[in-house]
Amino acid sequence: MSENRDWPLYEIFIRARGGLDHKHVGSVHAADARMAMEHARDLYTRRQEGVSVWVVRSVDIVASDPADSDALFEPARDKVYRHPTFYDIPKEVETL
Amino acid sequence: MYTQGLNEPSGRSQAEAVVEDAERLRRFQARIDAEEKIEPKDWMPEAYRQTLIRQISQHAHSEIVGMLPEGNWITRAPTLLRKSILIAKVQDEGGHGAYLYSAAETLGISRAEMIDQLLSGKAKYSSIFNYPTLSWADIGAIGWLVDGAAIMNQIPLCRCSYGPYARAMIRVCKEESFHQRQGYDVMLKLARGTPGQRSMAQDALNRWWWPSLMMFGPSDGASQHTALSVRWKIKRFTNDELRQKFVDFTVPQAQFLGLTMPDRELRWDPAENRHRFGEIDWREFQDVLKGNGPCNRERMAERRAAHEDGRWVREAAIAHAAKHAARAAA
Repeated sequence: MSENRDWPLYEIFIRARGGLDHKHVGSVHAADARMAMEHARDLYTRRQEGVSVWVVRSVDIVASDPADSDALFEPARDKVYRHPTFYDIPKEVETL
Repeated sequence: MYTQGLNEPSGRSQAEAVVEDAERLRRFQARIDAEEKIEPKDWMPEAYRQTLIRQISQHAHSEIVGMLPEGNWITRAPTLLRKSILIAKVQDEGGHGAYLYSAAETLGISRAEMIDQLLSGKAKYSSIFNYPTLSWADIGAIGWLVDGAAIMNQIPLCRCSYGPYARAMIRVCKEESFHQRQGYDVMLKLARGTPGQRSMAQDALNRWWWPSLMMFGPSDGASQHTALSVRWKIKRFTNDELRQKFVDFTVPQAQFLGLTMPDRELRWDPAENRHRFGEIDWREFQDVLKGNGPCNRERMAERRAAHEDGRWVREAAIAHAAKHAARAAA
């Protein structure tokens, strides 16, 4: 299998600057985590795009299946009362 | 997320699968029509998957082979600043190749398979990179024209229906503008230089203009892939539409440089509000595509040599990783 000839795949997450979450930016192949870090730095931060990098083996990520989307996410759709805009507050009431 | 091994066969009977596919196809097209993005684990028609694998991998190969004609001038750049700029640009091209290979991998093809396809000559790459870079002015012409044409093609791809491709293209386009502007800057310096430098710039324009127009691919009547790709929103504009736009943008830029386009039929058509230009030599285009351009063999030989020369490094990295993993486990 040609698959096996590739170095393992790592997903790359970058914090653009202090105060922000790490965000998924793409992936690199690397022999180990240290090389993944070096590749991520070369590939995704050539123009000061980040101050912190996470690398995660792609096979270690457990993802939801789009086929389960309805079962997973639909139940929230009819619960509009979770949102503050659901409630009519009289104009006279302030700071609420 | 960029993960492989998706969309395994369901194990249902053939007849059931066909009925279900018709319904899935309808829903798939409805999502595309609603401008929703398709993501790696979503169901997609096999032809959509194959079209994208072909297009994205060819695009990636073009970025990788595209490093060669410019890399050729790194050691001979006229100043240290120009050398730094050129190294940064060539590094970007390698990066673009890496973004695109990753995007193609989400469709279920491995990186190794794609590299095999390139090195065996099975896969195509942009024919433009089979032309030689004879003088320093060629580096200016490539940035201005070749990267300019690439941007014209790539900006609509940022809205492509396939999410990973669209995201890769957004990243590429952000970097591509630097490439085009540094190229125009090289041309500007030459055009304002000595008569010898001006004629170098004109010579580079003469050689790169027509191949740049060919980068948009066959004219709409002859293009095999356009209709379906437009319906699936992989393509947003036809080859001829993008080529026309490129000509209209570029002609005034050449005029500003005081250079002349190598096309006697080129003229502004006020009635149609666009430039008219001469017929492209499609025989040359087909010939270069078939492998008979000035540098096809040289480019492939260089890529194969680089791949072979790097083999021991790849093997050593794997051995190193295995040794450290074993030590950590002990």
